[in-house]
Amino acid sequence: MTVRHFSIGGMSCAGCVAGVEKALKSVDGVIMSSVNFAEHTAEVEGSFSSAALIKAVVDAGYEAALLQSEEDTAEKEAAEFQYYRRLLKKAFVAALVGVPLFILGMSGLLPDLNNAQGQIVWFLIGLATAFVIWFSGAHFYTGAWKAFKNHNANMDTLIALGTGTAWLFSMVITISPELVPSLARHAYFEAAAIIIALINFGSALEMRARGKTSEAIKRLIGLQPKTARVVRDGKETDVAINQVGLNETVRVRPGEKIPLDGVIIDGHSSVDESMLTGEPLAVEKNTGHEVIGGTINKSGSFLFQTKRIGNETALAQIIALVRKAQNSKPAIGKLADKISAVFVPAVLMIAVITFLLWFNLAEEMPVSYALVTMMTVLIIACPCALGLATPISIMVGVGKAAEFGVLIRNGEALQTAGKLNAVVLDKTGTITKGQPSVTSVVNYDEWQEKDILMFAASIEKGSEHPLSEAIVNAAVEQNISLSDSQNFQAVAGHGVVADIDAHHVVLGNAALMQKNNIDFEQAQADAQSLAENAQTPVYLAVDKQLAGIIAVADPIKEDSAQAINALHKLGIKVVMLTGDNKHTASAVAKQLSIDEYFAEVLPEDKEQKVALLQAQGKIVGMVGDGINDAPALARADVGFAIGTGTDVAIESADVTLMRGSLLGVVDAIAISKATVRNIKQNLFGAFVYNSLGIPVAAGILFPLMGILLNPMIAGAAMAMSSVTVVSNANRLRWFRSAGAEK
Amino acid sequence: MTFGVNLLGVALIAAIIWWFWLSTATAQSIGSSRLIEIQVENGVYSPARIEVPLEQPFTLRFIRKDASPCAEKVLFEGLDKSLQLPLEEPVEIELSLSTAGEYAFSCEMKMYQGCLLAKENI
Repeated sequence: MTVRHFSIGGMSCAGCVAGVEKALKSVDGVIMSSVNFAEHTAEVEGSFSSAALIKAVVDAGYEAALLQSEEDTAEKEAAEFQYYRRLLKKAFVAALVGVPLFILGMSGLLPDLNNAQGQIVWFLIGLATAFVIWFSGAHFYTGAWKAFKNHNANMDTLIALGTGTAWLFSMVITISPELVPSLARHAYFEAAAIIIALINFGSALEMRARGKTSEAIKRLIGLQPKTARVVRDGKETDVAINQVGLNETVRVRPGEKIPLDGVIIDGHSSVDESMLTGEPLAVEKNTGHEVIGGTINKSGSFLFQTKRIGNETALAQIIALVRKAQNSKPAIGKLADKISAVFVPAVLMIAVITFLLWFNLAEEMPVSYALVTMMTVLIIACPCALGLATPISIMVGVGKAAEFGVLIRNGEALQTAGKLNAVVLDKTGTITKGQPSVTSVVNYDEWQEKDILMFAASIEKGSEHPLSEAIVNAAVEQNISLSDSQNFQAVAGHGVVADIDAHHVVLGNAALMQKNNIDFEQAQADAQSLAENAQTPVYLAVDKQLAGIIAVADPIKEDSAQAINALHKLGIKVVMLTGDNKHTASAVAKQLSIDEYFAEVLPEDKEQKVALLQAQGKIVGMVGDGINDAPALARADVGFAIGTGTDVAIESADVTLMRGSLLGVVDAIAISKATVRNIKQNLFGAFVYNSLGIPVAAGILFPLMGILLNPMIAGAAMAMSSVTVVSNANRLRWFRSAGAEK
Repeated sequence: MTFGVNLLGVALIAAIIWWFWLSTATAQSIGSSRLIEIQVENGVYSPARIEVPLEQPFTLRFIRKDASPCAEKVLFEGLDKSLQLPLEEPVEIELSLSTAGEYAFSCEMKMYQGCLLAKENI
């Protein structure tokens, strides 16, 4: 039975309440519902599907959304804690019987089974152990039986058979000791009790450890504000987040979380976006700037207009992507999955074979040896560790990456990112800030600097290309009035051609000049000198004559050098692609120690360059903006879409970097390597544990070294194997961002 | 005695192979409502084998009663889908299968196992 709260939209009058209540009560399992018109909420009690309930309300002409309250989370945590306590209690009760029995047995204080008095004592011990099995281990038996009926065998099957056999054999020889030779008359009640205690204790520890593995997603969900201060009819009112519509005006005060995605329409502030982008410094926001829901407003108060609500917000998309990625498995885990699926029946057969071998080959006490080894095989085998090895590491690794603003789309991308040995970087906006500015203007013949800027800015004023914006900004700063252009023609990757004030104007790179038969010989020396200083020369020709060069430089991001250095340390070749000329490209490559560069690359050729590297046997990662570089990102073994905040198209690449820093690439590769290494450790441990543990439990060491494993030690090993896997995965939580090593 | 025990052991191995690998549980049809409730309890999905119609949407409603974290997620690996199962709260997933065949679903550790049998004319 649950009580859930829903926000109800579309109720215009009190009469609507009856309509909503009728819809709610029509859903299977709803026992009680109550609609609050003032708050536009409904409280529903029963055992029902939230999705079915929402559908019923929507079908009735209203809107409904489940309100995830803090109480829900607290309720879930309380239920988990209760289960954890229950497991500990079961372990304690089983240990309370098992441990004293074990100590008394080891001390030789328990009677033997060869007389009636001893039989009575052991019978009572058997009853006490039966109580323990019922109290602390009944769930193993019901699970095993239900699985059996479904032609399935699971962990419960192994535990139930192992402990059940121990108890049953012990009870049989307690009642009829004459059935086995006197030397073999040993009861294993304490083993059954201690195994149940250990496995319950192991499950409790595993549960605590597993809680930590999902901390990242919990933190992301916790970022979602519950209410927004909406301005309606001039009044500011706190409204449930599900009730806020598109294009509504929302007030955010200092220190508050920004409730939804939108654009600032009044006011300014600095915003801490670190929780989503990993960017540690607060970002200045003014009118017209985008804000992201879930980030924190630091100083000023502002109004913003909502642009994305519900599942469309960046935070909702991030949560959905991280959840999806956490559920995906890379190829590395597929073998373990195949083994897990057939593991338990295989172990059952090995146990029977072990029994038969000992029964036939043991020189003395064959029944005892056969029974103990069979029991130990059943108890030591741990399919859980195998099954958990991959998903638990993916869960922690993907979650940890999200904390640094690195969104990994699936397990496959994570596995491949760890294998990259070449990374291709698009220069503009990736290595550089993507905000170029005019650094100098060189004029030829009769043309003045202002004329050159006027022609260039007039032709570029409608363009959104970063170089165009730099030129237009330079003209605006010098108060140059611009003219309108006619017959405008953009030549992709080269420049633009248009007529301005009855002049034919060509603006672009050297290739465009050559294509238009413009003699630019006299500018070669100037262009080369500019390019060698990492400035891009843009040629301007008026009426087929070279008029000047505008030098534009795009500053390199502060941490690009650090990121490229870190990629080198990871053994990765760094390749740069740029539409710039060779001299500029060379200057940037030299400055940043880039291994190889391709200059004057047209946008459509980027994909080909990635393919070229792949043909050389490289596993290539491509870093680009996710929109213009989409074909190259798709071609690469791993595509990294880099952007800032909501600019980046989250679904467009294998890996999305929420902050515009190349250090995100380093983080993504480093955490992928760490996660894959962690998975390998887990798989290795689980495989080795089972493939060594089972033969040892079967007694393979006995003929050589006289070693036979005690079933209780097998129980302890089995209980700890899953805990070890989960704890090893939890080590990924201590992964540090490359940015943190500044 | 020895012969009898050995014979019993061999028979047991044959029974394990037959029961767990060669024989399967009876499948339950999803019925005309196109919705089936699956209990997640005691290590099994009940029902675990479900016949579903081809190229028609149907809904699986999971109700998790096992508080163990093992049961908290159900994965439909061939379909690249998964579902988080809160305790004691029904959760639904709508699916539609376009190719006839068996589609396994399981918990992360493959201890809970189920199967959708996509068939025509159900």
